[in-house]
Amino acid sequence: MIAVDHLTKRYGPHAVVEDVSFRCEPGTVTGFLGPNGAGKSTTMRMICGLTPPTSGTATVAGRPFRQLPNPGREIGVLLDASAQHAGRTGREALTLAARTQGVDSDRVAAVLDLVGLNAVAARRRVGAYSLGMRQRLGLALALLGDPRVLILDEPANGLDPEGIYWMRGLLRDFADRGGTVLLSSHLLREVEAVADRLVVIGGGRIVAQGGKDELLAGTGTLVRARDQHALRLTLDRAGLDATAGTDGGFVVRAEAGAVGQAAADAGLVLTELRPAGSGGLEQLFLTLTAGASTKEAVR
Amino acid sequence: MTTTTEPRVVTPSPVTAPSLARLTGVELRKLVDTRAGRWLLITIGLIAVALAVVQLFVLDDVQQTFQNFFDPSLLPISLLLPVLGILSITAEWSQRTALTTFTLTPRRERVILAKLGAVLLAALASVLVSLAVAAVFTLLARATGGAGGWDLEWASVPHAAVFQIASVLMGAGFGLLLLNTPLAIVTYLLLPTVWTILSGLIRALREPARWLDTSSTMQPLVTSEVTALQWGRLAVSLLVWVAVPLAAGLWRALRREVS
Repeated sequence: MIAVDHLTKRYGPHAVVEDVSFRCEPGTVTGFLGPNGAGKSTTMRMICGLTPPTSGTATVAGRPFRQLPNPGREIGVLLDASAQHAGRTGREALTLAARTQGVDSDRVAAVLDLVGLNAVAARRRVGAYSLGMRQRLGLALALLGDPRVLILDEPANGLDPEGIYWMRGLLRDFADRGGTVLLSSHLLREVEAVADRLVVIGGGRIVAQGGKDELLAGTGTLVRARDQHALRLTLDRAGLDATAGTDGGFVVRAEAGAVGQAAADAGLVLTELRPAGSGGLEQLFLTLTAGASTKEAVR
Repeated sequence: MTTTTEPRVVTPSPVTAPSLARLTGVELRKLVDTRAGRWLLITIGLIAVALAVVQLFVLDDVQQTFQNFFDPSLLPISLLLPVLGILSITAEWSQRTALTTFTLTPRRERVILAKLGAVLLAALASVLVSLAVAAVFTLLARATGGAGGWDLEWASVPHAAVFQIASVLMGAGFGLLLLNTPLAIVTYLLLPTVWTILSGLIRALREPARWLDTSSTMQPLVTSEVTALQWGRLAVSLLVWVAVPLAAGLWRALRREVS
């Protein structure tokens, strides 16, 4: 359980995060979406007590993070896979964390195995790791204390497709066993496949949040015709609000029936007509965060 | 669009906060688990040995005693111990491991206390190394025709301990205050030189320097006799160069954003 209430962070007059509130419930995966610089990492650092908020509060498992006696046993955190001492071996980094938390050293081997770092990799210094290996090590660190909550910032960065698929399975399984997951990403597809709920942030503010299906449902119909230009004119004439999709079709804010009727009346040949689904989410993401992506957090 | 359900009651966690002893153990481990850290410690040991070797050749036979091997070995070690103190703190920031460290132990003051404890133990261990090196070389001196006397002014051992602890804590204080490895090391190493230059140029600074320049106030600790006045000067200089940086640095590190 993660509760974020009206979190705000200002650096001087510049608000990086403004009035952000959301909840992550046990048994769910919450995708925290937004373009780079939208304030995702700052929000997560505030949740974890690393950055003091200008105002607002965040609690994990009912308490502010900094008041947790031994947070590693309750909350697994991966904020930056590169933030590891280059001179330590992967196994050593885990051993230090295990000793700090008072976790049995058997757990080190167990999580190394779980994230797919073999004995050779574990003995190598982190400086020689690829980004993908660092992400796996970071996940191992997060899972070490057998927590019930996971907070992961861009965990799929640097993972290969097989790794991303594996991680999805891991997070899904974690949530299905009653765990709470908050993971951030700037890539829609990555989150869409695993998240139950979405929190979309742009320019430091939450622009949409809710169940994934709920957010997807209202996104309209995807339509494609042999003559795209004629389709555009027809839709405009019928008063249907259409936006050009990323891959040639149009996303229309109307039911498939209405779109099909308009096309039939104009005698157009449709090649595709379906609920927008993921394409709609992409559209939503692009619209909601339009303009926000250029506002990189300046600090 | 927000859906909220009643938060489930979280069962109280049986987990307890890590003890300070456990954290100190972790911090001690961090001093030796990287190549840089290991080599720093090895270098400290090697320098003590190298100095003793030189003495074996240059000292007159009668002067080759336990005490005369022990006292000078403290000086080169005291030069490198502050670097150990600095690195133990600043590495967390330069290598960005503070992100993990402070996520696992959000009460940062406990981490910093554990770090100070760890480097303090390292300073005490260095005195044992000095004693061991002195013992080995006393034996060597006896074997090679030196006096090899075992006499030792016992007061010089606690003095040595204070000397090395002050050195390492001064480094840690600079590290904590500046939170930047090169800056802290350069500042620390330049300080005595700056004192020498300034008190050479400005007559009015000469008396304050006797109370504030640690390179002169700490000097008596390398001997077995320290007068009350010397203790007083030492205390004043350590207050300024150890206690104040540590306090200000702690205040800064507790508040600083970790990213």
